[in-house]
Amino acid sequence: MMSSRFMHILQASAGMLVLAGVWQILSMMLPPFLFPPVPEILSRTVDILITGSLLIDVLLTAARIFGGLLGAFILGSLLAFVIARSKLVENFLTPVLTFFQGIPALSWVVFAIIWFHGTEFRVLFIMVMTTLPAFTFQILDAIRSMSKDLFEMTMAFRPSRWTLFRFLTLPTIVPGMLTAWKVNLGNAARVVVVAELVGATGGVGYELLRQQQLFDMAGAMAWTLQLVLFVLIVQQTINAIEAYALRYRAVSERAM
Amino acid sequence: MPELVILFNDVSKTFRRPDGRGDFVAVDKLSVEIAKGEIVAVLGKTGCGKSTMFNIIAGLIEPSSGEARVIGHDPFRDFDFFRGKIGIVFQNDRLMPWRSALDNVRLGLQILNSDPAQAEATARGWLERLGLSGHENDYPHALSGGMRQRVSIARAFAVDPEILLCDEPFSALDEMTARDLRAEFVRLVRQSNKTAVFITHQINEAMEIGDRVMVLHRPARIAYEARLSAATTDAERTKMHQDIMRVLSVEQAPA
Repeated sequence: MMSSRFMHILQASAGMLVLAGVWQILSMMLPPFLFPPVPEILSRTVDILITGSLLIDVLLTAARIFGGLLGAFILGSLLAFVIARSKLVENFLTPVLTFFQGIPALSWVVFAIIWFHGTEFRVLFIMVMTTLPAFTFQILDAIRSMSKDLFEMTMAFRPSRWTLFRFLTLPTIVPGMLTAWKVNLGNAARVVVVAELVGATGGVGYELLRQQQLFDMAGAMAWTLQLVLFVLIVQQTINAIEAYALRYRAVSERAM
Repeated sequence: MPELVILFNDVSKTFRRPDGRGDFVAVDKLSVEIAKGEIVAVLGKTGCGKSTMFNIIAGLIEPSSGEARVIGHDPFRDFDFFRGKIGIVFQNDRLMPWRSALDNVRLGLQILNSDPAQAEATARGWLERLGLSGHENDYPHALSGGMRQRVSIARAFAVDPEILLCDEPFSALDEMTARDLRAEFVRLVRQSNKTAVFITHQINEAMEIGDRVMVLHRPARIAYEARLSAATTDAERTKMHQDIMRVLSVEQAPA
């Protein structure tokens, strides 16, 4: 009998194999500059991973995503805690964050190019501004989901603010934080490419721009796959952290 | 004169209605004296203000008027004075789902900055006394309702409080489990000579546990009070039960 994990991997791979198959068929019927063969795309993908000078571009983009997400996470957490404590601050900040949420990523790119000089600061600014509202709202929601019953029970022992945070608030908001990271990771991967495409001299976005100028579809696909691979690896890492951090949760034997 | 541990002097508590249409009085000029080592069972219908009285003693809410004193201090304003002095067993177990049974029991000790090794030994000892040896590392979802409530009792006792507050702690359990836990609870309280306030809506439970039974009418004010002891005869108990039934049945519906 096949294990459920093996079945899961098989099912997940099947969809991707069908997609690759369709692409390969199209590559046989259409010009290679539109649909290059799958083996060529894979070969270029591996090339990037094993060529130091190219891999640096991937790592640069990864660092930018991490930097941006970390900045937005720290700032968003602080804002969420301040908003949770004060109705006045909530009334003041919520419309501003909602307004920010409505601004397209490309607009932030334009603003950053006009306002700032340094490439790295521009990218960081764009990343933080595009993911900050989502981080703030998601962490605020996690704080507000704290059980009143558990709060009163803990308060009965008269904890200090720090102890209350350590023993109750933090464990309560960890699931929300992990979800926020997972959701924002995908957004950040898309935004960083736009930011690099327009305002950077290195990274996956910059390389994609070069492939477009060279009309090199295999290269464009290979660089895109780098980003997809990166998101998959980080998602799996977050999933592993989540599985460990939330191991106390009961799991029904019957699947939902 | 016995040492007074809990003193209410004309304590009232008014809440604003959630829909904003005026206020409602939950506790109305309640005066109560509870001496050290006493177990007082507080009876009353749902919504009579028992839990409000409970929360005032616990320092979780402030009276609107009157004076509340617990161990000579204002429980709301002198909040930090009561670190480790009050243990609470709630209606539901209120266990932290991310903590094992052992970690839940030592929560209070950790908050009180007890020595970690000592805290663990104390927590293990309480789990053992309450028949939960072997379940130290189980998470709450893996425990039955009765076991979870035992953990919450262990958590309250572990900090060795002077006062124990219990808000209908056995009401969600089946009668057999509740009866065992009640007996265990009374034994532990008597052994440690703690003062306990036990809120319930079951007459038999109140009479089984309390040295004194207090019946509250809505809004919380004393409608009936009686003392019990080992010398109380069956006939006196029956009469007391009937009196409590009568007092509870004459209460008017809430306004």
